[in-house]
Amino acid sequence: MRSLIPILIVVAGASASERVLTNTIQKSKAQISTRAAGLAAWTQVYSVLTHPRCINCHTATDHPDQGDDRHRHAFNVVRGPDGKGVPGLNCVTCHQSANSDAGVPGAPGWHLAPLSMRWQDLNGQIFSSAQVCKSLTDRSKNGNLDGPDLLKHNNEAALVLWAFHPGHFPSGNAFSQPPLTHEEFVTATRIWVEAGTPCPGTATAAKNVRP
Amino acid sequence: MPTYNVTVNGQHKEVTVDPGTPLLWVLREELKMTGTKYGCGVAACGACTVHLAGIAARSCVVPISLVGSRPIVTIEGTIRDPVGRIVQDAWISEDVVQCGYCQSGQIMAAIALLKSNPNPTDTNIEQSMGGNICRCGTYVRIRQAIKAAAQQLRPRGSR
Repeated sequence: MRSLIPILIVVAGASASERVLTNTIQKSKAQISTRAAGLAAWTQVYSVLTHPRCINCHTATDHPDQGDDRHRHAFNVVRGPDGKGVPGLNCVTCHQSANSDAGVPGAPGWHLAPLSMRWQDLNGQIFSSAQVCKSLTDRSKNGNLDGPDLLKHNNEAALVLWAFHPGHFPSGNAFSQPPLTHEEFVTATRIWVEAGTPCPGTATAAKNVRP
Repeated sequence: MPTYNVTVNGQHKEVTVDPGTPLLWVLREELKMTGTKYGCGVAACGACTVHLAGIAARSCVVPISLVGSRPIVTIEGTIRDPVGRIVQDAWISEDVVQCGYCQSGQIMAAIALLKSNPNPTDTNIEQSMGGNICRCGTYVRIRQAIKAAAQQLRPRGSR
């Protein structure tokens, strides 16, 4: 009996180590799983961000684009100093706070995204998923938004909401909509944010927390 | 139908119309102010340009329900505005008008430009006036008139 005691202690010691090891493995697996889910959700988010209803105003040029073929906006409309056009031809000269029955899309505060939030190059080539993700999570470029702020933006911003109810052309034909519903878009954004806003091609989640 | 209280050229007006009625038709049909013209009806020509809270707006696509408290200025109201008066004088002195149909919209856009930028370059003029179409092709004279007005707007010592 006396000789069995050290053996039991050894067995008990091995169990504790195993438990720590098991917990660590499970935690890593959970992290990998969360990151994988986050990246999968990001792919969904990216599919919306690069839809013409969104990217037409996330240009790298001095002007917005329009239409599903993303051609230059008619009338040589220009970005202007603050992304709101120029006097005499501001964005809100035509784009009112709601879609027009005449076929002019509208939402409160119509404007272009800042150049720091461009999601395409000067030739209209859309940036890769990794590039857009990196840009979107860079607080020096995105208006100092952290993950929860980005979720709030995608959930509530008037121009984001407009993209899912874009109205119709003067002909009466409906503007195309992003590949997800707004609810699906917000859900995907939430999963991505809760996973730490991971970006493709990066080993760790983007550092996107409040300072 | 609901009743809307609007301020047009400094005067309070009350109109009872369908909420979707474009401001253009409120001005022309309800208030009988026909200086603002109907061109395309889809914000593509600029003939119907007015100012809403000082910003040029295409009245053909602004439903009356979205005007809110923003004061409206039409071509009829510009004569009481110093910049508006100078622009109209320049339009006359440069003999800009041919058929004249688009010109009230052109003048409203030009006033918006000059109030923001009293010394516009050719590029500024092209960018600001690019959405106002003239079938007579008076663009060169429009540019000359805007420059003439800008010169009048500058302080005397800097002309």
